[in-house]
Amino acid sequence: MTRTSHRVWKYGDNVNTDVIFPGKYTYTVSRDPAELARHALEDLDPSFAANVRRGDVIVAGRNWGNGSSREQAVTCLLAAGVQAVIAASFARIYFRNAINSGLLVIECPAIVAAVSTGDELVIDMAATQIHFDGRSYDFPPLPQQVRDILDAGGIIPWLRANTPRDKQ
Amino acid sequence: MRMTLTEKLLARASGRASVRPGEIVMVEPDVVLSHDNSAAIWEIFQQLPQAAVKRPDRLAITLDHAVPPPTAKHARNHAQIRQFVQAQGISNFFEVGRGICHQVVCEEGIVGPGLTLLGADSHSPHCGWLGAFGAGIGRSEVAALWATGELWLRVPETMRITLGGKLERGVATKDLSIHLIGQLSSDGATYMAVEFTGDGVGSLSPDARTVLTNMMAEMGAKNACMAPDAITWRWLESTLSRTRPQDADERLALFRESALYGDADAACALERQVELGAIEPMVSCPHAVDNVQPLSSVEHTRVDVGFIGTCTNGRLEDLASAAEILRGKRLRRRLLVIPASSMVLRDATEAGYVTTLLEAGATIGTPGCGPCMGNHMGVLAPGEVCVSSANRNFRGRMGERDAEIYLANPAVVAASCVAGYLAHPAEVQGGDSP
Ligand code: SF4
Repeated sequence: MTRTSHRVWKYGDNVNTDVIFPGKYTYTVSRDPAELARHALEDLDPSFAANVRRGDVIVAGRNWGNGSSREQAVTCLLAAGVQAVIAASFARIYFRNAINSGLLVIECPAIVAAVSTGDELVIDMAATQIHFDGRSYDFPPLPQQVRDILDAGGIIPWLRANTPRDKQ
Repeated sequence: MRMTLTEKLLARASGRASVRPGEIVMVEPDVVLSHDNSAAIWEIFQQLPQAAVKRPDRLAITLDHAVPPPTAKHARNHAQIRQFVQAQGISNFFEVGRGICHQVVCEEGIVGPGLTLLGADSHSPHCGWLGAFGAGIGRSEVAALWATGELWLRVPETMRITLGGKLERGVATKDLSIHLIGQLSSDGATYMAVEFTGDGVGSLSPDARTVLTNMMAEMGAKNACMAPDAITWRWLESTLSRTRPQDADERLALFRESALYGDADAACALERQVELGAIEPMVSCPHAVDNVQPLSSVEHTRVDVGFIGTCTNGRLEDLASAAEILRGKRLRRRLLVIPASSMVLRDATEAGYVTTLLEAGATIGTPGCGPCMGNHMGVLAPGEVCVSSANRNFRGRMGERDAEIYLANPAVVAASCVAGYLAHPAEVQGGDSP
């Protein structure tokens, strides 16, 4: 089944990593998913962490995830159950971190103006389309090399599957 | 094939004769940089089949983000990193107090002309001022690099910025950077290389150049660079003779061999010309780096506290420009000064700047990142307004979501802490206010 349905959290342009996951926690908050999830979007939308549900998606404007290279800005969303971030565009390091941590990122500027928080949309990965309110929105497929890493769940699981063991 | 400097750097790093924008290449970076995040990277590394770091000689680790450790948790993090460094035989390890990673790898001659650095820090483009390729990557990628020594990169399109003329007195490359980010916006160079060229580059000191390549991270750039010239080589000679007297000559010879220069007629995706003489003091207003105003239009905004430091503006020239303003003055507002490295602190002490700053009432902190990312040592209270020489003013960046941060050049920060509001240096120096 490649068609999946998701509830939307909608945000604007230039949402930076400091408001997605505050820098003051980067060396003290552990990798514990529950703890990571608690701080997700803390300085952007205090209602998010309390109300997000597994399978929800974020839809945002231009330049999602600009700023710091901190990976927790991706992993806190995964921990909170976010299925994908759909944005008009992504900051470069965020995009890499998402792929390398196994978070689906979709660049689709056309859908952004159409949806609001609470809407339900459908992602069709096979057709590389988003469906909403009777309309379809195309998004570009990822290069195969990059897709392989995402499908493996990130660069670490990908490397585990693709390197010979030398560790006892 | 005609290539930009970035294309030549990536061709070298991937062992190819040439590369083209858009291609995905496997690079073997000369330097893999990390800092206080190294313990977290080690945790990820342990999930991989490899037991040992493939090229320990290529790693560089600096403790800088929370130094000295403000809490026992931070101290434990540092202790874990020392354990890792010991176990894996990492010789390029720099302790608490040595300085901010981007500054230290330049001062220590770890990165240099022609080399490639990938770092677990978003300001990794910084080292491009030496004619190197530097780009930021995430923690998992660094773990993968430790294990395999190589990583995929997409060859970026290039934006060429040609500088002409000379900056006016009291105007700095910080103002030029803020001006460019204001014009092109915080995603104006996303996925791109930014290259600085033109006669104007020759008018800029080494300290002034680093601000440009550092700040291009705030325009979304993958990397930023400029070709090495006589000024670059002079800086390398004098700095390396201090930090690594035992092999400075060998290291310089290696850099001379690896140095690369872009073709002036190589194709670029975007070209901009900037006349340096036309730049005026600029300010990034809360809460975005591209929320830009000329200083003249926000002058007299109330300020509670100033911060001079960070990998952007914590160097000798920055402390010198603050000292020049504060000589014989008393601060009306708190001013925290944190040198970017122990070398900067030592030089500033010898030059008398530290005494001048202390006499004016400033506080001096341990070389490192200080409150830049809200960890410790000068974080803000709700409602406080900070004027900072750093590179980011995002909401909550300095620890408190209801504080406001204005970014400016160090002279403006110093002047504003004398005035109590955003002020042009000429105002407190008793010169003509523009
Ligand atoms: S000084 Fe600030 S921007 Fe620079 S490396 Fe440290 S935290 Fe990052």
